[in-house]
Amino acid sequence: MSVNELFKRELKVINMGLESFYEELRSQDVGTIHVDWKPAAGGDKKMASLLGRLKGL
Amino acid sequence: MIQSIVRKNAYYDSVTLMLISREMKSIEGVEEVLVGMGTDLNLDLVRNLNMFDANLESITPNDLFIAAKFNEEFVTMEQLVESFEEQINRKKDASAGDYRPPTLRSAIDHLEGANLVQISIPGQYAAEEAETALRAGLHVMMFSDNVSINDELRLKKMAVEKGLLMMGPDCGTAIINGVPLCFANVVSRGKIGLVGASGTGTQEITVRIDQLGEGLSQVIGTGGRDLREEIGGLMMIQGIEALLNDPETEVIVLVSKPPHPTVEKKIIDLVKQADKPVVIDFIGGDAASIVDAGATPCLSLEDAARKAVALLRGEKVVDFDGFDASEEEIEKLVSGSAAKLSAGQKYLRALYTGGTLADEAIKYLGDHYPIYSNIPLTPDRALANLEGLNGHICLDLGEDEFTRGRPHPMIDPLTRADFFKTHVNSSTAVVLCDVVIGYGAHENPAGAVAASVSEARERLKAEGKDLVVVASVTGTDKDPQGLDQSIASLEQAGVIVMPSNAQAVRLVDLIMEKVSA
Repeated sequence: MSVNELFKRELKVINMGLESFYEELRSQDVGTIHVDWKPAAGGDKKMASLLGRLKGL
Repeated sequence: MIQSIVRKNAYYDSVTLMLISREMKSIEGVEEVLVGMGTDLNLDLVRNLNMFDANLESITPNDLFIAAKFNEEFVTMEQLVESFEEQINRKKDASAGDYRPPTLRSAIDHLEGANLVQISIPGQYAAEEAETALRAGLHVMMFSDNVSINDELRLKKMAVEKGLLMMGPDCGTAIINGVPLCFANVVSRGKIGLVGASGTGTQEITVRIDQLGEGLSQVIGTGGRDLREEIGGLMMIQGIEALLNDPETEVIVLVSKPPHPTVEKKIIDLVKQADKPVVIDFIGGDAASIVDAGATPCLSLEDAARKAVALLRGEKVVDFDGFDASEEEIEKLVSGSAAKLSAGQKYLRALYTGGTLADEAIKYLGDHYPIYSNIPLTPDRALANLEGLNGHICLDLGEDEFTRGRPHPMIDPLTRADFFKTHVNSSTAVVLCDVVIGYGAHENPAGAVAASVSEARERLKAEGKDLVVVASVTGTDKDPQGLDQSIASLEQAGVIVMPSNAQAVRLVDLIMEKVSA
């Protein structure tokens, strides 16, 4: 969807990270969902990069 | 005693945990406490506070820890854990029943019609998630910083190829289809579109446009590095093109620090072709090329708002470097302020939470007298070169050196409250502050400034002295904190509230001139 197409649609937001941003969108009745995000591979950088490469295949 | 506990695989965001840490510090018997995820940065903080113990040795960034130094006569570790539980549950109550998918991909499947992903996870993980979003055809607003410039370039190129927005990294402000994202104010919808590389600069312009009775069509953020040579203004150009093609937008405003010359040329070349009026505030930059391009240069953020409104209404465009109040009223404020001060009160303390607002202040005032700062105009005015507190100071408290282990001062007023305590003393003449309200910001920043001012006044009263405090509020009456309530609580504390940052800065300049005479 191009930027100008986005301008014509209802904004629907996926939030990842600070929950307060999600709560604020929610309080304004904006369509939103919060991802229960955690660092990939338990924060193990080596494992995360390996997983990242696998996803790219 | 020093003790820590670790909870494996319990993830919470950094701002939530920093705010809880702060609350827990006020528990009786607690000397120091840090609640965080087991990241290298947090563990360094624990070591610096001498609270590192064996429990923390095998922690990962996916594990939560509570480390505390406390007096066991007053409090126990169990009580601290209970206090943590209570606060985290309170924060979760509002949206407790909402489904929270574990990954971005599952969120895309779940939220029908999702079109934008807002990312504020730690920087080292942010680029990968943004790439997933762009690949799925979603626009991205990335608040996260600490993303490499190579990743930024790669993501922005991908976005341009797909015709998407990649706002950020380090993008704090946008308003898309009337929805404020991250740190933004509730402004009326209207016909002025804005592309901004500086967050509080964008906020200040949008609220002034709202106050002048007009509104915003779209507000697109780019992140602070977009106009560097390496990125080449990819998102500002993408934003300008979108606003040129947007039938709702009649006037375009661009705001950023001065771009790299090669990037400036690209933007100017695009502006030359524009069939809509363009107002440009390259803060402190050269106006000549803007005029050459047929665009309108500005003297301040407020001036940008006024000129955009004048262009929209077909009115004459004039420079504004004065005041809303009459000359007599300003003279009264200046002489009344100077009369409050005693001998020896001669220094300025400008304590800013908004980076662009601080920048605007130091560029104006720094031309008139030496100002020491963490964002100095010249290297010799770096804060480290100031002897004691004998000199004028202007600080951007949102810079990294002040935010290690603490939320940004727009979220948590404690950093500025501390500077009021340490840097406002009997040699201080004038304190200058910004108060930024709106979504993302603290629930009552004006109240926090008012409390700091009252405390400082009380302290100086013991020495028979008073203080002049000047502020402006970046906000609208539609913001959750309310513009009127914010102004009222500042005025009750004896703060002079000006209608814009530019006017607050100019008033301070006149007061300082009077004081030094």
